[in-house]
Amino acid sequence: MAVLVRAARSKLRSAWQLEGTAAVSQLSESITKQTGLRSLSALAIDPAVRCPTGARQEDVLPSRRNYATSEVAVSPKKKEIKNFTLNFGPQHPAAHGVLRLVLEMNGEVVERAEPHIGLLHRGTEKLIEYKTYLQALPYFDRLDYVSMMSQEHGYSLAVEKLLNIEVPLRAQYIRVLFCEITRLLNHLLSLTTHAMDVGALTPFLWAFEEREKMMEFYERVSGARMHAAYIRPGGVAQDMPLGLSEDIFAFTQQFASRIDEIEEMLTNNRIWKQRLVDIGVVTAEEAMDWGFSGPMLRGSGIKWDLRKASPYDVYDKLEFDVPVGTRGDCYDRYLVRVEEMRQSIRLIVQCLNDMPTGMIKADDRKITPPSRSQMKQSMESLIHHFKLYTEGYHVPPGATYTAVEAPKGEFGLYLVSDGSNRPYRCKIRAPGFGHLQGLDFMSKHHMLADVVTIIGTQDIVFGEVDR
Amino acid sequence: MLRVASRRLLQAESAGFRWVAASRDFHSTPASAAPTPEAREQKDWSAVLDKSMNTLFLTELFRGMNLALKHFFDKKVTINYPFEKGPLSPRFRGEHALRRYATGEERCIACKLCEAVCPAQAITIEAEAREDGSRRTTRYDIDMTKCIYCGFCQEACPVDAIVEGPNFEFVTETHEELLYDKEKLLQNGDRWETEIAENLRTEGLYR
Repeated sequence: MAVLVRAARSKLRSAWQLEGTAAVSQLSESITKQTGLRSLSALAIDPAVRCPTGARQEDVLPSRRNYATSEVAVSPKKKEIKNFTLNFGPQHPAAHGVLRLVLEMNGEVVERAEPHIGLLHRGTEKLIEYKTYLQALPYFDRLDYVSMMSQEHGYSLAVEKLLNIEVPLRAQYIRVLFCEITRLLNHLLSLTTHAMDVGALTPFLWAFEEREKMMEFYERVSGARMHAAYIRPGGVAQDMPLGLSEDIFAFTQQFASRIDEIEEMLTNNRIWKQRLVDIGVVTAEEAMDWGFSGPMLRGSGIKWDLRKASPYDVYDKLEFDVPVGTRGDCYDRYLVRVEEMRQSIRLIVQCLNDMPTGMIKADDRKITPPSRSQMKQSMESLIHHFKLYTEGYHVPPGATYTAVEAPKGEFGLYLVSDGSNRPYRCKIRAPGFGHLQGLDFMSKHHMLADVVTIIGTQDIVFGEVDR
Repeated sequence: MLRVASRRLLQAESAGFRWVAASRDFHSTPASAAPTPEAREQKDWSAVLDKSMNTLFLTELFRGMNLALKHFFDKKVTINYPFEKGPLSPRFRGEHALRRYATGEERCIACKLCEAVCPAQAITIEAEAREDGSRRTTRYDIDMTKCIYCGFCQEACPVDAIVEGPNFEFVTETHEELLYDKEKLLQNGDRWETEIAENLRTEGLYR
C-alpha cells in the first residue's frame, strides 16, 4: 500500500507540473481505484511474469500498466488463485489436545477442513493383545481420559460376556453410580471448555470446583483421581468405603444448583447464542450416515441411547429420560448435555437409594481374586491368588461386540478371544473418531471462529481418537 | 442489515427459550405444557416487547454479571497448595515403598508377583538365597517413569511388602533419580511406615 501511495504521489507531482490542477481530480480517482475494492486476484498478479502488449486493460492496475507498456505487458489471462490453506493446531489451545487441522479458507470462510490425526497414537489395541485381561484394563482409563470408568465398564462388560459370568447386583449399582459420576465429569469439562473456547471463562472455573469434588469420590473409591482401574471384569475392585454414599448424596443435592448457575451464565446469554445457534447443523439423516452417537446424535433429534436401547447392568431398573434436540445445531447439543447432567443426578440418587448390600465381585475364584484375609489363611485361595496375578484367567474362545453409552457416545469393543489368557484382538470403537470425520461437512462455509465452536461441541478427546 | 441480524437473534432466543422450557418438563409437567412449534411462530405483542426489552437492557448479561459478582464475594475454595493440601483417602496410590516387619526384617520374599502383574513392566527383580537360607531380593528396581500407578503390585503382593504410599510429591530434576532401587524403596518404607500402616489398618475391612 505504501508503495502504491508513493508511486501515486510522485505521479501527482509530475502531473502537477504538466497539467496543473485539472490533473488532481483524475489522479485521486486513480488512487481510489488502486486502493479501493479491487479484488485480490488483480493485486496478486506477479509483476515478474509479463508478456507483450495487448493485455486486457481492466485486469491491470493503472500504475502497473504504465510501467509495463514501456517494456512488457502484464499477463493476458486472469490468474487462478488457490484458497488460503491454514494450519490449525496441533498446539492450539482450542484444538483440544493434539488435533492438527488443515483448513482451506476462502477469506475467513472455511471451504474444507481436514483433520490430521495420529499424534497421540500409542498402539493401545496392539498392546492389549500382549497383556492379560487384567493388565489390559488400565489402558481403557487412558483412552478418553475424561470419562475413565465408562470405558472400563465397556471393557469389563465385554470380558464378562465372553466369560459368561453374572455380576452381583451391588457391583452393578456401584458401576452405574460411577459411570454417571463419570458422565458428569465429562460433561462439565466438555461444556465449560467449549464455553471457554467461545470466550466465557467463568463457568469453566466453577465446573472445575465440582470436578474436584467428583475426582475426590474417584480417589476415595479407587485410590486414583483419574485413572481408577476400579471397574474390573467380574465386578469392581473394592467395596465403597463407609461414608462415601452420604457424601455423594450431599454432592447431588447441591449439584443441581451448580448446573443452574452455569446455565444462568450461558443458556440465555446473547453472545453464547450468537456463537452457537445455527452453527454446525447436523440433520438427523447426516448424523446417522456419519455414524454419530451420543449427544451428537440426540442433538439432531434421534432418540437413541444405549442405556435405553440395550440396557446393561441395572439401567433397565432405573428411571431416566433421554433428552433430544430439535435443530441439530451446537446450541441444541449444549442443551442436551445440560439435561443429561440433570438426568445423571437422578440416576445417581436412584443408585444410592436402591443399592443393596452384598458381594462386589463375581463369586468365581477362577476369575476374581480372593480377599486378602482368605488368601492369607487358605492354601487354595493363595494358589488362586498366585494364578490370577501371574497367568490370569483364560477366556473361552469367541467374539463379542459390546457397546456402552459413554458420555461422548457409543463406546464399543470388538473383543476376540482364542481361549488363551490374553485377547486375540481388541478393536476399540471410539465415539470421537466418528464425530471428527464429520468436522468437514459441519464446518463447511462457516467462519474460522465457528470451527472452534464445532470442535468444542463434538467433544473431541484425542486419547480415544488416536488410541 | 442490523435489522436482519436482530431478527435472527430474536428467533434464536425464542427457540432457545422454548427448548429450555421443553427440557425442564422432563420431570415436572407433562409434555403438553410445552408450546408447540406453531405457538412459537405466532408471537403476541407482550412477548415481542419482552424480547425487545431483554435485548435493549442486556437483561441476561447483567444477570450473569450479578451472579459472577456474587461468587466474587463468596468464600474461596482454592487452597494455598504447598502449605495447605487436600484430603487423601487411605486408598491413595502414590509413591512406592518397600516395607519391613517390626523386627527390621524386610517383608519382600521375591515371589515376583508384582513383576509379573505390572502392566507397564516397570519392576525388575533378581533374587537368590541369603546366607541364612531365606529367599530375598538382591535387586528390586522400579522405573517410576514407566509406572502407571495402577496399584496392581500392591494388590498382588501376598506379604504387603510393596505398597503405594500416600506420598505424591517426589519430583526430581533428572530421569535417573526416578529409577528407584531397593535401597531407595526401603528408605521410603521407613519414612512412611506410620501412614502406610494406618492406611492398611483402615482398609483391612475392604481388602
